[in-house]
Amino acid sequence: MTQEPGQPLLRVSGVKMRFGGVVALGGVSFDVGHRQICGLIGPNGSGKTTLFNCISGIYRHVEGDILFEGKSLTNLPRHDMAGIGLGRTFQNVALFRYMSVRDNILVGAHNTARTGYIANALRLPAVRREQATADKRLYELLDLLDLHQVIDTPAGAIPFGWQKRVELARALMTAPKLLMLDEPAAGLNHSEVDELAGLMGRIRDQLNLSILLVEHHMSLVMRVSDKVVALEFGLKIADGTPDEVRNEPEVIRAYLGEPEEEDAHAGAA
Amino acid sequence: MRNSWFVTIFVVSLAIYPTAIFSDYHLFQSTMVVVYAVAILGMAILVGFNGQISLGHGAFYAIGAYSTAILMASWDVPYWATIPISAVICAAFGFLIGLPALRLAGHYLALTTFALAVAIPQILKHNLFEPWTGGVQGLVIDKPDAPFGLKLSSDQWLYLFSLGVAIVMYVFAWNLTRGRIGRAMRAIRDHATAAEAMGINLAMIKTRTFAVSAMYTGVAGSLGAIAVAFVAPDSFTVFLSITLFVGLCAGGAASIGGTIVGAIFIEFVPNLADNLSKAAPGAVYGVILIAMLFLMPVGAGGFLAAIWRKALSRMTGNART
Repeated sequence: MTQEPGQPLLRVSGVKMRFGGVVALGGVSFDVGHRQICGLIGPNGSGKTTLFNCISGIYRHVEGDILFEGKSLTNLPRHDMAGIGLGRTFQNVALFRYMSVRDNILVGAHNTARTGYIANALRLPAVRREQATADKRLYELLDLLDLHQVIDTPAGAIPFGWQKRVELARALMTAPKLLMLDEPAAGLNHSEVDELAGLMGRIRDQLNLSILLVEHHMSLVMRVSDKVVALEFGLKIADGTPDEVRNEPEVIRAYLGEPEEEDAHAGAA
Repeated sequence: MRNSWFVTIFVVSLAIYPTAIFSDYHLFQSTMVVVYAVAILGMAILVGFNGQISLGHGAFYAIGAYSTAILMASWDVPYWATIPISAVICAAFGFLIGLPALRLAGHYLALTTFALAVAIPQILKHNLFEPWTGGVQGLVIDKPDAPFGLKLSSDQWLYLFSLGVAIVMYVFAWNLTRGRIGRAMRAIRDHATAAEAMGINLAMIKTRTFAVSAMYTGVAGSLGAIAVAFVAPDSFTVFLSITLFVGLCAGGAASIGGTIVGAIFIEFVPNLADNLSKAAPGAVYGVILIAMLFLMPVGAGGFLAAIWRKALSRMTGNART
């Protein structure tokens, strides 16, 4: 998919990040367009996760800028990220373990609602209206992600593959324009990865959003991405369609020459 | 929905029933159960739902009690009007204590709040505040009579008054913990980073929750002061804070209903222990406490909820087979 005219949804320009003397990112630039699925790949230690954390505000980059819809994210508080349209999942699943699946997903509606302590304590009509709106979206997402069975189960008590879907539903509940997924395939078996690939396409098409995907699972990235950005040692070594990146000599070299064998070591990540 | 109304009416009638049959002394004890329940509810909101540990809630109880006593003794404010004023004062204190609490996690916060509980009796005794607090002597306040010419003893009336205030506060707490704000509180408890990524302002929710929690425990202090008709610094030692914490754990930290069980525990188990052994009531108390935690590791609230679920599934299970 090509970018729409005008500014991209996300623009990463010249981002540098150091940890002590170690340069984790040496000036990385790329764009993510509207309704685009962008895969971010690279060997271990290449800076993918560091970059992901810079975008989501966990780390503060030392140089360069990250623009979301033309506005800089540099000094934006982390709790305002969801409000401007940046939703994310976590590498090792960060659910609210003791809360039901329903409540987990509903937390995602926090930024789209406004009622405070007093309105909630009194259960004013505005609270009921917000709840009704949130419930409607909750059930749409339960349909999309097939989670109806576990809705009242504590999130910590369901299987890992299901937890990943709950986390995805929670991120989608924030109504993101850009969905950032940190290794969504990690720990999933083959059929679950297949499901995930189909799901990402459906999410993009039904909910009209862009996806930034950090992932080790090469075949998944190549299958679902419109665009792939490859990193090595904190530098971008390739940027283009999956076919272009797959044939890029630098990428082949970084991955020791055999892109077809990537599936085999995908689990090792 | 109809079921929950039925349960509500049943519970409220059950709660009003003692007014008719209990002696004044037992009614006073019941009033203290209600008072402790509200105090523990305040802790449950903070500790159980928001995951901020406080070992110093006795301090807020004391501030609430003294607010009411000073307002009544020095300014002749009617007892019922002191409750909202005390609520505002305690919420403000809670908010202020909540600010440094943002930088402290887990046991560090527990220790800091503990220090507050240690300090409060001495602050209350301080010469500077003596014109208002009455210093070591404390303040004696009048026990209110039943209004509107109701034929009730003042203990009967105080029980009903406290119960009324408590019911309102329980309804508010129930609504609060189940809505948007309650989910945000629990989300912070379970995973703060993820909560922040969902757009939850950690600092705002944590400080405001601290304020709400302090307000609840402070209002309990106010009700307690009116019921006892006396406040003195030595009623609010560290031991009060620990006792409230025990009540919280016995009831189950994140359980609204459990706070009532916790209150019954801290009101009656010390007496029970005293009756069982005059020589070592503390040891008996300890044994009962440990036994309770063994039998109900998630607190009485979790225990009762589990029984309720089991009963429900048996009913629906029978229907299915």
